[in-house]
Amino acid sequence: MPKVMKKVKSITVNADNCNGCRACEVICSLFHANPRYSSNNPARSRIRIVREPLRDIYLPVYAGEYTAAECTGRETYIIDGKKYDECDFCRASCPSRDRFKEPDSGLPLKCDMCEDEPGLEKPKCVEWCLNDALIYEEREEEVEEQEASPPEIEIGVEALIDKHGLQKLLDAVARMAKP
Amino acid sequence: MRYAETGFELEVDLSRGSIDRVESDPELTRLHLGGLGTSARILWDRVPADADAFSEDNLLIFATGLLCGTAAPGCNRTVVSTFSPQTQLHAYSMMGGFWAPELKHAGYDKVIIRGKSPELVYLWINNDKVEIRDATHLRGKGAIETAECIRQELKEPNAQVAAIGMAGENRVFYASIEQGRSSASRGGIGAVMGDKGLKAVVVRGTKDINVAQPAEFMKLCDEVLQYIKYRADHPIPGVPAILQGLGSPQEMAIVDEQWHTTSFMWGNARTRRKDFWTHEIEEKWRKTQEDVRTRLISCYNCPMKCGATISVPGQPTYMMKCYSKLTYTMAAYSDLEFGFKIAQRATEYGVDGFSTPQVMAFALELLEAGILTDADFPGMPADVEGRFFWLLDRIVRREGIGDALADGVYWAARRIGKGAEKFDHNTIKKHEQLPLKLGMLNPVYYLMYATGEKINITQIEGQFPQAPFPTMEEREAFVKDWFQVPDDKFKQYLLEWEPRGEKSNPHYPSVQASCDVVDWQEKMHYIDDALGTCAGLSSFPLKPPYHIHNFPKFITAGTGIEFDSASLWKAATRNRTLLRALNVRRGMRRADDKPPEDHWKKRFPDLEKTLLDEYYKLKGWNANGIPTKASLLDLELDCVAEDLEQRGILADADAGSDKAGEELQAKEALSHA
Repeated sequence: MPKVMKKVKSITVNADNCNGCRACEVICSLFHANPRYSSNNPARSRIRIVREPLRDIYLPVYAGEYTAAECTGRETYIIDGKKYDECDFCRASCPSRDRFKEPDSGLPLKCDMCEDEPGLEKPKCVEWCLNDALIYEEREEEVEEQEASPPEIEIGVEALIDKHGLQKLLDAVARMAKP
Repeated sequence: MRYAETGFELEVDLSRGSIDRVESDPELTRLHLGGLGTSARILWDRVPADADAFSEDNLLIFATGLLCGTAAPGCNRTVVSTFSPQTQLHAYSMMGGFWAPELKHAGYDKVIIRGKSPELVYLWINNDKVEIRDATHLRGKGAIETAECIRQELKEPNAQVAAIGMAGENRVFYASIEQGRSSASRGGIGAVMGDKGLKAVVVRGTKDINVAQPAEFMKLCDEVLQYIKYRADHPIPGVPAILQGLGSPQEMAIVDEQWHTTSFMWGNARTRRKDFWTHEIEEKWRKTQEDVRTRLISCYNCPMKCGATISVPGQPTYMMKCYSKLTYTMAAYSDLEFGFKIAQRATEYGVDGFSTPQVMAFALELLEAGILTDADFPGMPADVEGRFFWLLDRIVRREGIGDALADGVYWAARRIGKGAEKFDHNTIKKHEQLPLKLGMLNPVYYLMYATGEKINITQIEGQFPQAPFPTMEEREAFVKDWFQVPDDKFKQYLLEWEPRGEKSNPHYPSVQASCDVVDWQEKMHYIDDALGTCAGLSSFPLKPPYHIHNFPKFITAGTGIEFDSASLWKAATRNRTLLRALNVRRGMRRADDKPPEDHWKKRFPDLEKTLLDEYYKLKGWNANGIPTKASLLDLELDCVAEDLEQRGILADADAGSDKAGEELQAKEALSHA
């Protein structure tokens, strides 16, 4: 693969600064609503705070790749005396849990760094986190040339294929496309 | 389609075990907005005027504010309304946290609870699925412990739980409803919940909340966030540390308690300790606070960090906010470490942090005065901290002397007798007040203490500085960017207000100015309590991000119902008048509108009379504090006018006499005897 210079966007999550207000979940769901900002629903957010106040656990996690299969990871981690499941850190939209799925359809959600048209200077969650738990960073990096990541609709279609099989999905689309 | 609100309410009758989802009337949103306003209307329409707080007919309403669950920062308040066992008047208490938005996401604006369950139950609201579930296994459990148990048994870590502890179960008149980092504590609403046999209301919701004009609404939200950032960088100079910024007073962050510990009273609102705060105390308290405070925390969609997670070694973790760290400390003449320790147990029991310490200090005063004896306190430890723990344990179980004390200072004093009434010196309308005793009458505070339907000063005051700035330079600097005022006359009031001389308390602010200032302050609270905005970003602090100029835009863009400053002001007036009418119908009159006698050393009976007369006039009430027919009709409260007229309250009152009121008061006097 040829190497190219690419702008890499990342968010540093400073969980120590998180106060658990969930403004990131709120603004994420609003930004991705259609029409934009028309509805709030943290259950649709592509960032979720794993939040257990009595155990002092505040962990903002971004939605990552969709996966059709559960993983085998069952480890627990103890950090600063606090116990986390491996699952807490995981970005995947997977069959073992509700996190990072549309609440009505079950279709997977994925953080797109608010690169919807028109793209924003920085993701909305970062802008709305006044306590600096989420810090946006950009840097130029030499990376292997990659194909652009698939558009959002393809992630959804992939999940439907996994659930129902390609043939059934094609049949359904064909049926629905008839006038 | 309804915007900002869901348009549905849950009607739960615990006597019949029925649950109904009922569409609400959009006209009531226009008239009363939501939250406190629409709840008051439901109480007016449906609870008989003579219903006891502990009757099946009394309703307990958990309401969301109109803007809860939208993007509006800090709009997360749950308003719980009912009739109080302690004051026997309308009671409402609010909590922040995460419960109200969750209920909206589940698809409801309110949960209206009627009747009584024969066994202890909890309500589980999971979107469209709502169940009344057995809670007998949770009897006696702490409020926080209960929430954890329920989340585990439902396997719903994201469910929000509002629960009572043992105090609510045993109908302690100042029992609270606890919800993680927040609580609805005033007025004994937890006792009403316990009387209904309801241990908890548990909610999980995953539905959308829509707004009518998304782009406009979001612009307003961004402006609020920008102004919050601006205010973080621009604290107000010349006022105590806890009043400089936004949010609830930042008690969890700030260690400097010079103002509270030297201006507020210790014990049963008795002793001022002007020299208490020293460098040594500050260092000791700093260490105590920093040792137990794990993290500063927020409510839903709010950047302020008014609460904290508190872990005292050897005790379960709990969450705290605001002034309760000092109420037990000061009532017991103890220190901060004790305050944090006992607040943990008090939170699990679910009791109000204002009333409870005062009741216990009152009991120890009676012991010292010989009105109660050692026989009333069998086995009580000798040290004051031990005594407070001992009393708390008795009160929430209503054991021995705890039974009388569980009714609060006013009723306990009358039940104990033998001169105990004299020790009831800090209640208004039978409800314990902030422990403050001051020198010179302050006309603005006189009116707020006397007339506030909340019966709690911190939920009425705000916006206008509590004391004049010493120099004109400071005053000019303050008013320069004070755009929150509804009218420029308020700037003038502040500019002219002097610490001493002719233009100082009690004669300045003038009677008219005092009425105006009170009117503005309480209007903003009434708007907050209907919209679900936290007072900490709105009606309480100086120069808040929400104010009378941007609120109408929020409501219009959020709901699609056109509001401007004038119509919003009128809606707030309507709600304020409706609350007064609710209490008037239950017998409250001018004679009840008074602060504790010793609140100020220097009193001015003639001035106080004029203040009250003029305030009533401004409100459209007659000389007895009863809304006039004309003002009720002007506020589209025709049904209220009609009802009061039928009862003879309105007609008599307008004619200058008040036979119905006198009868009610006579009846009440009898029931006390």
